[in-house]
Amino acid sequence: MAIFSVYVVNKAGGLIYQYDNYVPRSEVEKTFSYPLDLVLKHHDEKVIVSFGQRDGIKVGHALLSINGVDVIGKNTADGKDTLEYLKDPANYPVSIRFGRARLSSNEKLMLASMFHSLFAIGSQLSPEVGSSGIEMLETDVFKLHCFQTLTGIKFIVLADPRQSGIDALLKKIYEIYSDFALKNPFYSLEMPIRCELFDQNLKSALEVAEKAGNFGAGS
Amino acid sequence: MTVHNIYIFDRNGNCLFYNEWNRKKQAGISKEEEFKLMYGMLFSIRSFVSKMSPLDMKDGFLSFQTSKYRLHYLETPSGLKLVLNTDLSVNSARETLQHIYSNLYVELVVKNPACSLAPPLDSELFCSRLDAFVRSLAFFSPRAA
Repeated sequence: MAIFSVYVVNKAGGLIYQYDNYVPRSEVEKTFSYPLDLVLKHHDEKVIVSFGQRDGIKVGHALLSINGVDVIGKNTADGKDTLEYLKDPANYPVSIRFGRARLSSNEKLMLASMFHSLFAIGSQLSPEVGSSGIEMLETDVFKLHCFQTLTGIKFIVLADPRQSGIDALLKKIYEIYSDFALKNPFYSLEMPIRCELFDQNLKSALEVAEKAGNFGAGS
Repeated sequence: MTVHNIYIFDRNGNCLFYNEWNRKKQAGISKEEEFKLMYGMLFSIRSFVSKMSPLDMKDGFLSFQTSKYRLHYLETPSGLKLVLNTDLSVNSARETLQHIYSNLYVELVVKNPACSLAPPLDSELFCSRLDAFVRSLAFFSPRAA
């Protein structure tokens, strides 16, 4: 339960595979009456909270659904603009769900390419000779591990900071990639990986790693 | 066990302070460009991390490591960014950076009415105290060149 996702980036920096193993969703649903004391704004085709953090609703959280019906981008399911809908007192009381916005596949592509460049800059700014790029990036909530092969493919794993054994997992993913993607005669190099056996074996490798890692990280 | 260099950036991206102790390889570009690249990289990493993060973060980006060095990062609520490059044996330099900020920067630079907070920082006392502090760190040992 502690390995969040896996990304595979080709040598040009494009994302060729992405798998979300466990993404904890922190969502809060509350009923509001007019006037709404949160300040909302449009950002990137979503409506997000810009001010008024309270009760588990944080700044940056996106508006996910109104009265149980999911919003589509900036508009409600009926096609009305969400902010206009919330300005009208006749629509209250309203039950709104807020939470961390899920990444769209476009955003994942952009983030993978961004990491590809950051990896290279990390190597260029090195104060030591012969440094590789960023192999591990740590925040208070997750750790990102990256393994770059000799051919330039990067395997990126996002995991819980206490999870151990990720280096072995990265090598195992490389093995699975070479067995089920590269040896597949229908797979073209540097293209998105659409091989069932790769998916299956990756999932079981993640399960094994989580169980093994928990012995070290759990206590 | 060594500290390579330190950067201090203000909230606008100007490099206020830079010092190096054990740097073996220069970046191959001029110092101004290197500061801009470093700041740009940190800005992008922060944005990357806030989007990628599966949960809401409190402190955000803390550090990253490569095969040869580790970069430690501290951002104060006022937007001041402190960056420390060390070798791999140093696990967390967060308290060190916090000490540099609260006991050295705030005491000697912010509280000094004669010292303007615009780049470059020209407080000799700050430079010398910082240098002495870093040299006194447990994980600092200047290797014989």
